[in-house]
Amino acid sequence: MTYTFNFRDVFAAWEFLADGLALTLLLSGVTIVAGFVIGTLCAAGRVHGPPWLRLAIATYVEAIRNTPLIVQLFLVFFGLPSAGIKFDAVTASLIALTINLGAYTSEIVRAGIEAIPRSQIEAGAAMGLSGVQIFRYIVLFPALKIIYPALASQFVLLMLATSIVSQISAPDLFHAASIVQSRTFRDFEIYAVVAGAYLALALIFRLILAAIYQLVFVRR
Amino acid sequence: MIRELAFIDVLYLIAAMRWTLALTAIAFAGGAVVGLSVALLRVSPVAPLRWLAMLYVHAVQGTPLLAWLFVFFFGLSIVGITVSPWIAAAAAYSIYAGAFLGEIWRGCLQSIPRTQWEAGASLGLSFTEQLRHVIIPQAVRVAIPPTVGFLVQLIKNTSLAAVIGFVELTREGQLTTATTFRPFSVYLIVAALYFALCFPLTRWSRRLEGRLHVAR
Repeated sequence: MTYTFNFRDVFAAWEFLADGLALTLLLSGVTIVAGFVIGTLCAAGRVHGPPWLRLAIATYVEAIRNTPLIVQLFLVFFGLPSAGIKFDAVTASLIALTINLGAYTSEIVRAGIEAIPRSQIEAGAAMGLSGVQIFRYIVLFPALKIIYPALASQFVLLMLATSIVSQISAPDLFHAASIVQSRTFRDFEIYAVVAGAYLALALIFRLILAAIYQLVFVRR
Repeated sequence: MIRELAFIDVLYLIAAMRWTLALTAIAFAGGAVVGLSVALLRVSPVAPLRWLAMLYVHAVQGTPLLAWLFVFFFGLSIVGITVSPWIAAAAAYSIYAGAFLGEIWRGCLQSIPRTQWEAGASLGLSFTEQLRHVIIPQAVRVAIPPTVGFLVQLIKNTSLAAVIGFVELTREGQLTTATTFRPFSVYLIVAALYFALCFPLTRWSRRLEGRLHVAR
């Protein structure tokens, strides 16, 4: 059996796919920023907080890191409405993705914080820096520099994982692909093109993240 | 027909875990074969082979797993093969796991000091003999903790096979939700079951890692 590849139908739907791409970018961007803030706060709380806070954060991190993202997404989107809390698909996606990324980020940042030698902190105290100043300039900033590669990889993986929101019909790039597939039956073509688009996105994300590293950690 | 969520449903969910485990086993076996090849190519003395393996790793790590599942499940029909969810999932997960395991194991091979290779060479061992008798036996020890850690990722990611109709834990959860209409309880149970599988492995991986650092 011979098969003729036909990409025309796929590219004819480009405006539709572009709308999906916009949501994928929005979800990734917002989640990365929010997840990073939550992750950093949790890492700080895990290292310096009172015992009850440490336990609470540890529970959150382990619960998220040991369950699949798709189940977390289903819980937020399908499960919470029965408790009277209802979100649309995009909001539910943002919530689930942020909670998920926050847990992973917190473990990565914590590893960085714990890698800062004790003597550095003592040196900071000896110079008369306040506790907050020590944490900001001596602990957090160098810690982020150490773990930046791991953090960047996690962000790229998160961007790829946003494709899962298509399963609760949030209209992202992957969801747009499924729609085009069911309209044109060009299964292979559409998924090949979309896979290529994600690959390009991953590359662009890596470049942007590398540029941020240069700006924040190298040029000062 | 909508009915109450009963204890039997929980038992069905627990029973569905065996397909999650079976898929994990297949994915790991396939991924190990691909991953070992990728790792060996990545340290090979022939530069084009190294580039080829690197290209593969970047391509797979830069695309969503969902796309691989869909390409294999829907896409293979164009060559006239009707693919069962089993075959599609096995193929997609082998490719996916192969890229990640390949990178992990490459790191382990490269963590063995250069002098060990040179010592092997000075004994007159060929490249493959150096690998087999000197490098790999040492690298395996380093490789176990991150490999167990990746196993956790793999178990969690088998949940995506639900979208191509592969009945494992997550899909069983969707089916149970459809009949009982109790999504919150059902997905909470599903999450708890995943946790029961993954958490011990996470702990084990961490303990192995700790032991490795002590041994050094």
